[in-house]
Amino acid sequence: MVEGWFGGEGDAFRLLGTRCSACAAVFFPREDVHCRNPRCAGGELVEVPLSRRGRVWSYTDGRYRPPSPYVTDPELPWEPYALIAVELAAERLVVLGQGVPGLGVADLAVGMEVEVVPGVLHEDAETVWTTWQWRPTTGVRS
Amino acid sequence: MTGEVAVLGAGMHPWGKWGRSFVEYGATAARAALADAGLEWREVGSIVGADTVRGGYPGYVAGATFAKALGWQGTRVTSVYAACASGAQAVNTARAQILSGLADVVLVVGADAAPKGFFRPAGGDRPDDPDWLRFRVLGATNPTYFGLYARRRIAVHGDTLEDFAQVKVKNSAMGALNPYARYRKRVTGEEVAASAVVADPLRLLDICATSDGGAALVLSSMEFARRHGVAEPVRIRAVSTVTPRYPNTVLDLPDIATDSAVAVEPAARTFRESIAGAAYEEAGIGPEDLSLAEVYDLSTALELQWYEDLGLCGAGEGAKLLREGATSLDGRIPVNPSGGLASFGEAVPAQAIAQVCELTWQLRGAAGDRQVAGARVGITANQGLFGHGSAVIAVR
Repeated sequence: MVEGWFGGEGDAFRLLGTRCSACAAVFFPREDVHCRNPRCAGGELVEVPLSRRGRVWSYTDGRYRPPSPYVTDPELPWEPYALIAVELAAERLVVLGQGVPGLGVADLAVGMEVEVVPGVLHEDAETVWTTWQWRPTTGVRS
Repeated sequence: MTGEVAVLGAGMHPWGKWGRSFVEYGATAARAALADAGLEWREVGSIVGADTVRGGYPGYVAGATFAKALGWQGTRVTSVYAACASGAQAVNTARAQILSGLADVVLVVGADAAPKGFFRPAGGDRPDDPDWLRFRVLGATNPTYFGLYARRRIAVHGDTLEDFAQVKVKNSAMGALNPYARYRKRVTGEEVAASAVVADPLRLLDICATSDGGAALVLSSMEFARRHGVAEPVRIRAVSTVTPRYPNTVLDLPDIATDSAVAVEPAARTFRESIAGAAYEEAGIGPEDLSLAEVYDLSTALELQWYEDLGLCGAGEGAKLLREGATSLDGRIPVNPSGGLASFGEAVPAQAIAQVCELTWQLRGAAGDRQVAGARVGITANQGLFGHGSAVIAVR
């Protein structure tokens, strides 16, 4: 579904973007066709791992079950998860992602450092859909 | 600067969940606008419809759908889609036809019958669609983004939940005076605080509903207006339809990430600032000239952001402007005297047109109990999914 957006195991897990070899612009989600910098004549787009850690730009959650195409089990009660927008300093961009399971808005603050980790978006009998999630690097506030 | 066009007529279908077809809402609004203009449908040389992606196939061909409902008469026909900015692009298309001499009189119509609950993308597996992806990969609904902006304002500017609630209090008080609004009950800060959290820190009454509704305008050349006996019509002086500039560095619907600022420094103005900026430049006026503004209050917190993006106050001063009462009906610069989306709800192709209807009535001095005293210049501000900016400036 989002092939090539992330990769690596354990501590080596990273979001994957692309970088234009002509102007150095970085793209996430990855841009594989043409560089989108209007001042750039266009260079080869090369896959690059993004910074593992960033700082919380903002955060929220969803107290109501999102509609499809988000996949949830309607038999189970809805458990909100945090959605966190994270500023990556080296790439100078902000990436939205889910917080790790059990992380709530009360555990978060703007400016807090978080790191990207692999997580499970959804699974059924045949398939496990993996994704990226954000996890605070210093444990959660009480 | 470009030339001006006249607003000869404005009309709406009352907003709410009526359970009828968008065609009925649009045709009703169109007939009201034509009656307001004192024109027969047969005298209209062009119709421009703002499209909806709901309502099925006919929604994609709104111009012809409304023309059929009003009675085929061989007019020039156009349909435009720009998400929430569809109405403004329809106005812009009509203006371009008038200024280029393609048409003397143009009917602009937008209407929708919205589904219940969250807006969602069209069906099917479509991983090449960023709107589909944000739902599938993140479960990020529209209120997710409103919540992110609200939390960011709290962290950066020190806004409070009470500030957000007071936007709803203000808009509901004005919406209570508007017969076209869906919600006509005044809301208190306590009621906002007691409503359920939807996307932290925003509550149900901080976030606009979805709605059915329709709005229409009759626009003409200034010369036609004079011949028609309207010496001093409300005039549209600017229509802004800009895109963002790369790199767009504020996370926005429906994106999962911003552009990177590594290769190019961001422009001095954010996208939302540039929407109003383009309209000001085209009209040759500034925020100090405004009598009122109709802005796109998808959430209470977002209305405060628009104050700053329109230049009504400095960065971070939106809540202060609200607390001072400047944006209330009797304040220095009333914002959303119609009641805004807080009172109307979203009927996507209609709302940018409805904003111009409100400017028209205000500038004519015909807005009844919600009249802004001595209104001479008004601006609308709106933003459509995927990078459609929209602002209209009207003058009297």
